[in-house]
Amino acid sequence: MAETRFGKAINLALVECMEGDPSIILLGEDIGQAEGSFKVTRGLLKKFGPERVLDTPISEAAIVGAAVGAAMSGLKPVVEIMFMDFITLAMDALVNQASKARFMFGGQCSVPIVVRTPHGGGLNAGPQHSQCLEAWLAHVPGLKVVCPSTPSDAYHLFKASVADPDPVIFVENKALYAVSGELNPGEIPQDIGRARTVRAGNDVTVVSYGAAVHTVLAAAQILQLEGISAEVIDLRSLQPWDEKTVFGSVARTHRLVIVHEAVKSFGVGAEIAARVAEDAFDELDAPIVRIGAPFMPVPFGRSLEEQYIPAAAAVVAGVRKTLS
Amino acid sequence: MKDRLLSMIETMVLIRSTENRLAKLFADGEIPGFIHLSIGQEAVAAGVMSALGPQDTITTTHRGHGHVIAKGIGLDRFFREVMGRANGICAGRGGSMHVADMSVGVLGANGIVGAGIPIALGSALAHKVRKTSAIAATFFGDGAQAEGVLYESLNLSSLWGLPLLFVCENNGWSEFSPTSRQFAGTIEGLARAFGLNYTRVDGNDVEAVALETENAAMSLRAGGNPHVLECMTVRVRGHFEGDPQKYRDPGELAGLEASDPIARAAEKVRALPKGDSDLRAIEERVASRIEDAVRNAREDRLPDFRQAIGDVYTTRREG
Repeated sequence: MAETRFGKAINLALVECMEGDPSIILLGEDIGQAEGSFKVTRGLLKKFGPERVLDTPISEAAIVGAAVGAAMSGLKPVVEIMFMDFITLAMDALVNQASKARFMFGGQCSVPIVVRTPHGGGLNAGPQHSQCLEAWLAHVPGLKVVCPSTPSDAYHLFKASVADPDPVIFVENKALYAVSGELNPGEIPQDIGRARTVRAGNDVTVVSYGAAVHTVLAAAQILQLEGISAEVIDLRSLQPWDEKTVFGSVARTHRLVIVHEAVKSFGVGAEIAARVAEDAFDELDAPIVRIGAPFMPVPFGRSLEEQYIPAAAAVVAGVRKTLS
Repeated sequence: MKDRLLSMIETMVLIRSTENRLAKLFADGEIPGFIHLSIGQEAVAAGVMSALGPQDTITTTHRGHGHVIAKGIGLDRFFREVMGRANGICAGRGGSMHVADMSVGVLGANGIVGAGIPIALGSALAHKVRKTSAIAATFFGDGAQAEGVLYESLNLSSLWGLPLLFVCENNGWSEFSPTSRQFAGTIEGLARAFGLNYTRVDGNDVEAVALETENAAMSLRAGGNPHVLECMTVRVRGHFEGDPQKYRDPGELAGLEASDPIARAAEKVRALPKGDSDLRAIEERVASRIEDAVRNAREDRLPDFRQAIGDVYTTRREG
């Protein structure tokens, strides 16, 4: 079966969603004429016209704020924030408006917006174009946060995000845009909040999401050579996250390692570790290990960035630690 | 003519009496949190809304009781909300600063200064994309002139030719500070800079506000440029109820009766046949509606916590 690149998978999902629902519009900087910084919106202006594919000025606060108002008035806006670092400029619209409208107005409305945004390093883009800020958003009641690791998940989870009546932040790791894969390789996510067991194993559970899943899989192969069998879980969505799958796995392996590219402190891994420690402490045979970026801004220089992003060797070391 | 004026007076009296009643309820501890009153500014709400229809949408501010009442929210559910009751329009979860009624096009009051502006921008975009004749209006105070999202929204509305009416209620105060110390420009300058139409109006003259809004709305419905309507008005009460306003010159508040929008409109009606009895009838109707609403709110139950937590998401799959 033909393989599709990660970015193209989202592009295909966008096309199919827009063909099926005329209320979907796209908003973002350089998404129309320029086809997006990472070309995810390639061809969409031509296909759907300027009434549905809107090139916006560089005004993140107004773009996301407008998406909230448009959603309250019958449209389904999909917004592209060019780099996740720029989402800081739209935080009022996300944190005070989109996330709260349904609750705060007594259930009178939902805010069906999807905000697509690329995170992550690997491009030497420096401290303001490389951050993984998803934990901030997962901390806000009312938002959902999705972060796929494969073209197939990106395709299906994007469709699920558009179908979802609540505001969804759809996080795309920049390093994945070049990754190819089949779009329907078996188990397909139908909705948000279901993890995928990427690799079955008996000795340790390694939980991850986004591009870090591939790092973890590389580590699992190395560990296999040492006779260590790692079960790898791809969360796919961080808010909500699939507690059932994680707890079920920990109950079998009795060891837990959590891996993400985002800064380790106060991250997604902290939440998962805390929940497992609270509710499944008796299942654990060893302390939980978290692997994440160090507590520093993402550095620019190639040699610095290479040391910054958690590598397979760090995952291998983390797993060994839980087994020692 | 007289009917229209009477109807706007009735709206203003309803807003004034509601807020006076809220002040009393707040002082008596029957309203939790804090409230911001628009007493003295009622002509903006009544005048603008007299030119809008049910299909039109608005966003408003922390000082938004007048706008939501004038747009047609049911008084009963309004009082229940502000008093934190289960059958409030927002189920007791929003309160005074977050009153919304989607059924009459109120997309929400807002606790964040300026935050309603881009929401109205998006609503105007939806009206245009969906090819309806509706327009959106966003109310904001002169304090919001210092918020960056206003400039982004002025720019976008102009670029996209959106049916959006920016209503600046200029009462001279940014919370506890005179706006003259907070904002170096003018909203007229901003409007002109971005190519929007602009009108300044005596915001305490309800007929003038209605007329200018009608003109602006007609132009917007015909595809004209977005419009900024600056309404010059007076904030009689403090930033919030209970604010002693020590930062204000006592002389500033003296002699306000002469500019009171209700008194000015009533004066015109008194000169007409049966004017006095019409005004008395309005007072009586409004008083009775408010007392009914307060009684119903007091009798309403308190909101259920589990129902509240269940409404954070429309749908949610737990792991």
